[in-house]
Amino acid sequence: MLKLEEFTQKRKLIPFIILLMLSLIPLFIKNEYILHLIILILLWSILGISWNLLGGYTGQVSFGHAAFFGVGAYTACLFYVKGGIPLWLGIIAAGISGALISIPIGAICFRLRGPYFALSVLALAEVLRLITLHWKSFTEGAVGILLIETIFSTKLGYYYFIIGIAIITIIIMAYLLQKRTGYYFRAIREDEDAAEALGIFTLRYKLFALIISAFFTGIMGAFFANYTNYIDPYIVFSIGDVSIAMVLIVVLGGIGTFWGPLIGATIVVLISEGFRSFFSTASLLIYGVLIVLVILFLPRGVVGSIQRKI
Amino acid sequence: MDITILIQTIVSGILVGGLYALIGLGMTLIFGVMRIINLAHGEFLMVGMYICFWLFRLLGVDPYLSILISIPFLFLLGIILQRYLILPIIKANAPGENQILLTAGIGLILTNVALLLFSPNYYTVLTHYSNATILFGRISLSLPLLWDFIISFGITGILYYFIMKTDIGASIRAVAQNSDAAQLMGINIDRITIITFGIGAALVGAAGSLFMPIYYVFPAIGEIFTLKAFIVVVLGGMGSAIGALVGGLTLGVVETLGAAYISMSLKDGLGFLVFVLVLIFKPSGLVGKTRF
Repeated sequence: MLKLEEFTQKRKLIPFIILLMLSLIPLFIKNEYILHLIILILLWSILGISWNLLGGYTGQVSFGHAAFFGVGAYTACLFYVKGGIPLWLGIIAAGISGALISIPIGAICFRLRGPYFALSVLALAEVLRLITLHWKSFTEGAVGILLIETIFSTKLGYYYFIIGIAIITIIIMAYLLQKRTGYYFRAIREDEDAAEALGIFTLRYKLFALIISAFFTGIMGAFFANYTNYIDPYIVFSIGDVSIAMVLIVVLGGIGTFWGPLIGATIVVLISEGFRSFFSTASLLIYGVLIVLVILFLPRGVVGSIQRKI
Repeated sequence: MDITILIQTIVSGILVGGLYALIGLGMTLIFGVMRIINLAHGEFLMVGMYICFWLFRLLGVDPYLSILISIPFLFLLGIILQRYLILPIIKANAPGENQILLTAGIGLILTNVALLLFSPNYYTVLTHYSNATILFGRISLSLPLLWDFIISFGITGILYYFIMKTDIGASIRAVAQNSDAAQLMGINIDRITIITFGIGAALVGAAGSLFMPIYYVFPAIGEIFTLKAFIVVVLGGMGSAIGALVGGLTLGVVETLGAAYISMSLKDGLGFLVFVLVLIFKPSGLVGKTRF
């Protein structure tokens, strides 16, 4: 028993050890493609962790997180291109605007539960995409926004930047989840009515989870914009490439688990990139097949299935 | 504001709405019986449209005749998908989001198979009556659209008869009301859900054939119409067939009015706007779940 306690204490350090090891990698590996892969994995991990807070721990599955991703991306870019605000501040503003837009979205959608909620967020994300697409004077519409100058000019910069963001995200998530708030989230997930009956103000906590989730998703949107230099409404508000991808990553890894998003992100990024080099046109098809296979055979995700065996 | 144009726009909207209602009917039937939201619904429409197109292109079959092929084909497709992919996860009591993800995955597969087989080109079916119009007094209506509406109406009527007057229909209604009680009554709910999914798919496959003369097909069209189907169903009330009709007609009218008086490109956005308004003020839908 004592050994178990020791182990669980030390377990908390594992994510940071991994990130520490990751930060040492560039000293040995100069291959930019590998750095790119790691950046992608971390990007999707953070997205997965954010989604997981709302979907996995609070039980509110959203199929429209692209809304926050896109809002974040556009905030950072528009602040810079139209307002001259430096991209550093733009990233923080992106998180804030993601969080801000999540409030009305939550207010409307939290009236619904389960699959209705999931799809209503999707519909609102589509509304945001349409607004971005048609409000050409403000957002440049389908032309998109090209960033000539971005935060970093080397991949290495982005590499350490995202490791930093990952550390912050993990710390905040872990902190929240072990506090009372985290247990309120879990209570809402298990039985929302019972939670409400026990005196938990479910709407407030659902909104809280959503706001935090949207904040980090927005930051990732801005990161993405800086990393890839170009955004348009179809890319950042995409249902399939962003919203569904986030859900897939967490479900594959293990919804409601801490490690799920990280493992899911690793698997999905590696498989997508692997297939992209071999079958470029069929890659989306493989993606669809992957989704179906995961749901059929690994419904609890990788981590969930392992947990059940223990 | 010429009153003739207004009336014409509204009537066109109603005609298109009939088609939207048919699409929504399939989704609401599936949801009412199985509590599954079929995110591949638009892709079934796409399959129906491609069937119609290729029958026309290769064999010269008139789109309206191709309904006779697309209905059974999509019925089969629906049955197979339900039996082998969807039913297992319902039985395993998978969480709701897994079911949605599964149908999303199926939709992705269908879209990309179509992409690989048929290329991303837009295809249309042009018949001698594609651009024909018919005059009612001073109102000019598109003939194919009118036919679509009449046929949708007919199909809905047949469906109504089937659901209300046959034994299988009664079983479907029973499972929709309370699947446990239905099972206790001796109804084989697996068989019923399989049949229902098939019917839902067949309905939207028929809609595909009806849609071909007035629209165009390309692999990604599924996504747009899944969303439209969802709007129709939520507008009317999930699980309610009358709701699907009301929702479809509402969406059709709102879209055509928007296209005529505001802007062509924003008409999709208007549908969403109405959708959001309904969500805020009457989330159970305009008709609600009071009747099947």
